[in-house]
Amino acid sequence: MIKIENISKTFIVGTHIVKAVDHCSHEVKQGEVVVVIGPSGSGKSTLLRCINQLETIDSGKIYIDDVDISSIKTNINKIRAEVGMVFQSFNLFPHKSVRDNINLAQQKVRKRSKVDANEKTDYLLKKVGIEQKAHVYPSQLSGGQQQRVAIARALAMDPKIMLFDEPTSALDPEMVGEVLDVMLTLAKEGMTMVVVSHEMGFAREVADTVIMMDEGKIIEVGNPEHFFTNPVEDRTKLFLSQIL
Amino acid sequence: MLREIFKKSFWYVSLVFVLVVLVWGLTVMTKRIDYIWYWNRIPQYFFFTDQIEKFASESGKISINGVEDDLTEVTLHYDDGTKETFEVETESLTFKEGDRFTDVDKIGELEVFSQGILIIGLITTLEISLYSSVLGLLIGLFAGLSRISKNPLIKGLSTIYVEIIRGTPLLVQLFIFYFFLGTVLGFGRFAAGTLALSFFAGAYVAEIIRAGIQSIHAGQMEAARSLGMNYLQTMTYIILPQAFKRTMPPLAGQFISLIKDSSLVSVIAITDLTKAAREISTSTFATFEVFFTISVMYLVLTFSLSMLVRYIERRFAVSD
Ligand SMILES: Nc1ncnc2c1ncn2[C@@H]1O[C@H](COP(=O)(O)OP(=O)(O)OP(=O)(O)O)[C@@H](O)[C@H]1O
Ligand SMILES: [Mg+2]
Repeated sequence: MIKIENISKTFIVGTHIVKAVDHCSHEVKQGEVVVVIGPSGSGKSTLLRCINQLETIDSGKIYIDDVDISSIKTNINKIRAEVGMVFQSFNLFPHKSVRDNINLAQQKVRKRSKVDANEKTDYLLKKVGIEQKAHVYPSQLSGGQQQRVAIARALAMDPKIMLFDEPTSALDPEMVGEVLDVMLTLAKEGMTMVVVSHEMGFAREVADTVIMMDEGKIIEVGNPEHFFTNPVEDRTKLFLSQIL
Repeated sequence: MLREIFKKSFWYVSLVFVLVVLVWGLTVMTKRIDYIWYWNRIPQYFFFTDQIEKFASESGKISINGVEDDLTEVTLHYDDGTKETFEVETESLTFKEGDRFTDVDKIGELEVFSQGILIIGLITTLEISLYSSVLGLLIGLFAGLSRISKNPLIKGLSTIYVEIIRGTPLLVQLFIFYFFLGTVLGFGRFAAGTLALSFFAGAYVAEIIRAGIQSIHAGQMEAARSLGMNYLQTMTYIILPQAFKRTMPPLAGQFISLIKDSSLVSVIAITDLTKAAREISTSTFATFEVFFTISVMYLVLTFSLSMLVRYIERRFAVSD
């Protein structure tokens, strides 16, 4: 489903070079749930953002359904419509109501009629549990509600893959659960997901694979059980001991 | 409570007092130079009535169509077969139904109501301000978007444009548009004035829009793009609406300045409000009166615009 081959991304900050993603390779299968962990600045977000080309990679190849998305011949907007993304800071459109947040891309990108878009929106709002808030503006919602709208907005495009970049780390603790529940349901329905998150409970319950990153490199890959019982790398052990 | 009201009223009364003193001071100063005020000379420059004489242009026969109040509608049937119909004052009509007239005959007189030069100037000022606001907004939008472009050519050109305009006086720009570009490209003074003001406003609008767009969190662009919307759609539906809302107050300020700056076009002999005032002050001696008058007219324009903007801002504020 997603195949990354030896990708690298460097940023030049002032005079020094930051290797945010450094020669990473991995493959994610259809329906697989991957959780990415690692210390701050290890390149987790950058890796995720490369997958839907919010960052252009310097070298390597990324295939989604065997389409080389880094090739200039690929229509990146088409790819992005297939890959939903949920951000740490929600990024809802503040000037649009909840309904319009979810309708907009359906109508402009998927070219759905207003009636069809509304129907889909109602269905998704019900799914994430805030069907009575369709008409309000994002600023009138709690963080947890905003993040659930953001998930609904991404799902409205009928994506094949969902990317989550620390979806719960900007939330008050009592709201983390409601967002994780929605993600849990999605995972159980067979959605292919790549989730940057340190919610190890979530990882244990639904992850098929956990990836540990450090200094731009993927340093350890395994199932959740492996990470909880016998992680190999010292840096993984240290990191896990800090967050668990 | 009562104390507070008393305190406030005290300052309001003081405000009125200071204003009265200022006006009194002005009066005393003009007394010292023996200035005679002729406020009654001003109204004629807004509207005036004019007696025009209607002549026949050929010989022919007249017919009278009807009388209404003190006006009579007549039709001239010229010998060459053409006709002409108009109204004259009944008193001044020198012909009766069926009379013949020659090509030098005066048929009658008519009093017409005409716009004075202040109204003509006001209309010109409004026209120039309106055209250059719209054009300036378009230029500014385009230049502002170019300023944040990643393409060095587009970015470079727009930066040079903004810097040149902001680094030179508008008066000089007006002369260049009129004497140089107007001559080379062959457009008149009205076009030169409007274009100069448009490009001038465009540079400032560009900076306002650039700042407005950059003040929108990068996450907005990323969220929209990650949904598959292209750059144009993202700008149209997500970034610009939010940026416009934020840039409304500075943009309004810019357009209010534009109305005032438009007074400079009088130097390339466009009869705007300021030029009209200068013409009046050379033909009468009501110099003070006329400039006070146009100050009030400019104030009415700029104040109405800022009220309009305040109203729009309130309408836009629903989502906060
Ligand atoms: N746009 C950018 N410009 C410059 N440097 C960047 C940019 N984005 C990321 N970096 C740098 O790349 C490195 C990896 O950043 P990244 O955001 O991917 O880390 P992360 O693992 O997501 O960290 P966190 O847990 O704090 O979110 C960091 O050193 C960061 O400073
Ligand atoms: Mg991150």
